[in-house]
Amino acid sequence: MTAAIALRNATPDDPGLVVRSRWAITDTLTITRRNLLVWTRVPAYLVFTVIQPVMFVLMFRYVFGGAIHVSGNRPYVDFLMPGILGQTAAFATFGTAIALAQELKKGVIDRLRSMPMARSAVLAGRLVADTGRMLVTVLIVVGVGYAVGFRFTNGAGPAVLMIVLAMVFGLSICLIAAFTGLAIGDEESVQAFGLIWLFPVTFLSSAFVPISSMPGWLQAFANNQPVTYVINTMRALAIGGPIEANLWKSVAWLAGIFIVFGPLAVRAYKRAS
Amino acid sequence: MSQDSSGPAILVEGLTKAFGEVHALRGIDLAVPRGTVLGVLGPNGAGKTTAVRILTTLLRPDKGRAVVEGRDVVREAAAVRRLIGLSGQSAAIQEELTGRENLEIVGRLFHLSRAEARRRAVELLAQFDLTDAAGRAAKNFSGGMQRRLDLAASLVGRPKVLFLDEPTTGLDPRSRLGMWDIIRSLVADGTTTLLTTQYLDEADELADEIVVIDHGLVIAAGTAEELKSRVGGDVLEFTVPDRSRISDAVAAVASVGEGEPHADKETGVVNVGVGGRGSDALIEAVRALDEVGVRTQGLALRRPSLDDVFLALTGHAAEDEKALANGRRGRKRASKDTVKDAS
Repeated sequence: MTAAIALRNATPDDPGLVVRSRWAITDTLTITRRNLLVWTRVPAYLVFTVIQPVMFVLMFRYVFGGAIHVSGNRPYVDFLMPGILGQTAAFATFGTAIALAQELKKGVIDRLRSMPMARSAVLAGRLVADTGRMLVTVLIVVGVGYAVGFRFTNGAGPAVLMIVLAMVFGLSICLIAAFTGLAIGDEESVQAFGLIWLFPVTFLSSAFVPISSMPGWLQAFANNQPVTYVINTMRALAIGGPIEANLWKSVAWLAGIFIVFGPLAVRAYKRAS
Repeated sequence: MSQDSSGPAILVEGLTKAFGEVHALRGIDLAVPRGTVLGVLGPNGAGKTTAVRILTTLLRPDKGRAVVEGRDVVREAAAVRRLIGLSGQSAAIQEELTGRENLEIVGRLFHLSRAEARRRAVELLAQFDLTDAAGRAAKNFSGGMQRRLDLAASLVGRPKVLFLDEPTTGLDPRSRLGMWDIIRSLVADGTTTLLTTQYLDEADELADEIVVIDHGLVIAAGTAEELKSRVGGDVLEFTVPDRSRISDAVAAVASVGEGEPHADKETGVVNVGVGGRGSDALIEAVRALDEVGVRTQGLALRRPSLDDVFLALTGHAAEDEKALANGRRGRKRASKDTVKDAS
């Protein structure tokens, strides 16, 4: 017994906090790289994450845009683009939920959890990769926006902040998606569930039309939901306008989502089976 | 590397696990000596996968203790993960990535350097006859190749103890034989292996020792030969072409056997353990069947198979149990009930 304990102390059994922290980072990067690699291998992912928002831009700019009247002397495309970018970030999280549900079902997560890698890395690597993917998509959509007449008219600093806010918003939805993906664990159900809540919250907001054009009962919802706060803030950053009230409400909502769904996603990952 | 080199590689004591009302494990004991293969045999829903998930640190037991290479799977889970490999029921590989990429990523997650991970991947691809396919996306692999890649991934970290959860489920017979060869060669290298299966012949082929699990309990343990002897020596078996005469046939041979005869109403196959009475029993059976005028086909004595063991231990065939466990016991299955009561 004594010999056993002595031997055990001799083996580097517990790698210690420093090594473990280093592994947490390198493992997260490995998983991130893996996820991005997968993303580039599936043409359908590229099509859905890039083509879909681009089509939205073109459709709203040229098909619906003529019938939508926004206040002020601004072209509709300036009103539209911050909304589309917010929606693009939110919709990019479909990939998060679907990928996690798939990995869960196929036993990939079991395999990873049975390995001596950092347990946080699967979720962290997923979020990092999906945020990167989201950024690429958002930048492409900004480019398309510029091609159809959109301009940031409030300066470069606020424009960058707008993109940062879109990312933080997307990441918060990512946490919800990660939680639902792991909790539901079936890719088709996850996809259906994503549509059921993401479509209404993005469309019943200030993203595409002025809320004042909606019926009163709908305005009550649209005016007081987080997507509207975030999009209004993004719009103010992009093209100017009052910002304070929307900014702090956005921050409060996003912080709330992180606080609630971060731990929920981690718990769902730990319990995943 | 591990302390306590005298004890078994896997030790399980009084393990229980319930999921709500479902008692997946109801107190299991196992001991697997180093360098041996334990076959855990049981129908679907018997608790095999639950046991593997606990031993591979994926699930916490409700009660009891499980130790792998001297490390407790709950208190020393991180240490256990460095010592084990797991290959599950489905191929847990990233289909969009190539065979080489899959293995390299696993290597990196085992904290091998980039060069080491690459070397290990090349080595394993060669060992598993996947070198030619190494650069292709795994989704273009055949089912057998995907399983081989999955198994290769479980070996990247050079595990001391390997867990194979139904490694051949869903494979065609040829891939299955190929998988058996691979598992045999791994075992020959001295890797302690715990293998679950619902195929009786698979356990017979690959395992040194077998435990039979049913409803979360170990109902028998021993070598394949020992389990076969539990049936009581030889088995007398014949087919009754006229299904309506099955119960007559069962009644006729009831006094011949040492145990109760079993009959499969669907195939008309009747068998009965006859112990060491061999040819005497054979002659008696022919006379008895002739007296009641039942025609038979292929009347013969044979060595018992593990199917007979399962039947003798549980009173029902393994397949019947599977249908029961899935909760969709159709008409076809119901008619296949074994006749325990002769009259």
